[in-house]
Amino acid sequence: MFRNQYDTDVTTWSPAGRLFQVEYAMEAVKQGSAAVGLRSRTHVVLATVNKAASDLSSHQRKVFKIDDHVGVAIAGLTADGRVLSRYLRNECINHSFVYEAPLPVGRLVVRLADKAQVCTQRSWKRPYGVGLLVAGLDELGAHLYYNCPSGNYFEYQAFAIGSRSQAAKTYLERRADKGRPLRHQGDAAGEKLTSSICTVAIVGIGEPFHIISEQAVQEMVDALETREEATAEQSGGDMQDESGNPDAAAPMEEI
Amino acid sequence: MGSRFNPYDNNGGTCVAIAGVDYCVVAADTRMSTGYSILTRDYSKICQLADKSVLASSGFQADVKALQKNLSAKHLIYQHQHNKQMSCPAMAQLLSNTLYYKRFFPYYAFNVLGGLDSEGKGCVFTYDAVGSYERVGYSTQGTGSTLIIPVLDNQLKSPSPLLLPAKDAVTPLSEGEAVDLVKDVFASATERDIYTGDQVEIVIINASGIKREYVQLRRD
Repeated sequence: MFRNQYDTDVTTWSPAGRLFQVEYAMEAVKQGSAAVGLRSRTHVVLATVNKAASDLSSHQRKVFKIDDHVGVAIAGLTADGRVLSRYLRNECINHSFVYEAPLPVGRLVVRLADKAQVCTQRSWKRPYGVGLLVAGLDELGAHLYYNCPSGNYFEYQAFAIGSRSQAAKTYLERRADKGRPLRHQGDAAGEKLTSSICTVAIVGIGEPFHIISEQAVQEMVDALETREEATAEQSGGDMQDESGNPDAAAPMEEI
Repeated sequence: MGSRFNPYDNNGGTCVAIAGVDYCVVAADTRMSTGYSILTRDYSKICQLADKSVLASSGFQADVKALQKNLSAKHLIYQHQHNKQMSCPAMAQLLSNTLYYKRFFPYYAFNVLGGLDSEGKGCVFTYDAVGSYERVGYSTQGTGSTLIIPVLDNQLKSPSPLLLPAKDAVTPLSEGEAVDLVKDVFASATERDIYTGDQVEIVIINASGIKREYVQLRRD
């Protein structure tokens, strides 16, 4: 009700104790196209749906390699994401230069979060309009973090951000205890999956962060579809809403 | 009265590089000294900066190490921004700029950069301490350089840079012949230069990648 009065400045609190500009920034993240992250003990996988501005333009890059052991997927204002990726890369390079060791992921996300927080407490700035899924490996194992415009960050086993991410999140929550990350990644994206509209990247023990080639992704998608068809046939239809057949829209999407 | 703090030290050693039609040989001895003492017989002066760029530096190894780290970090940034490795000529310019940046407190490093250019031909760039550089067919830097360069001049007959049309600076020698020549010149330099010896590390860059070879030298 009073949203309009207290939402001009990021440095103005609402009577209910909210910073509307920050919440609006998080809204920008929800409007972006989906990004999903999933981790196991040894690997972390990121997947994004690539939205193109028009049929004539190229897809936007939403996955960035930060260092051999860290990568990010973004949702929201891609330009903000690009700028933050540059910052993250610099932090990693500077740390490696001084300590001759990779920057632990936990410390990287704190720095990113602190940077985001600054923009929530300066009247001449605006919050970053991008959410980042940070996937990385360090001595303690594999990590997946979510950094949001508010300056908060959380560690996750699996998470999804962007539009229609709720469907993916629900899917992932249901399968929280199962392994085989990559299979669930494909299903969780929830769109009609072709390798041209999605990007998949992986980092793991003995495997530096890299984006999986379009060809390899297509092979995985094809393998996924054949496996899903086989399982659907076997159990005769009552697996319909469980299998998350990538060819059909996820049932929860109808909401 | 008394001596001021001297920020530099010379750790000795010699570097050589020879460019061929489709290969490049970069070599340096592995002896690290200070004054008349040997610090170690097993120190590499060679650093691979990119896919096709290898830097060999003699002089003050602390400055050399800092220079190598600096260039590696800059190369990483380049890769992030351009999605590809730096070419050898690009790295050559970067090294020159990095050295001149410290024009008034120089890196005490005498560099030879070797690799393959964008056409796959061997290239060698030779530097002074503040970044003045030139592409050449072969070069040598370090304590043994004055002993080696006349031998290379004699064997490789590099064309004059004053010639028109410009003649290619690469040597007609085969890869094997160039490596043998490098072994010979190091053996000769080891005889008379006290700071050169122990081992020579020979790095060969060609289309199939990077190879490394070690040859024992006199340890006296």
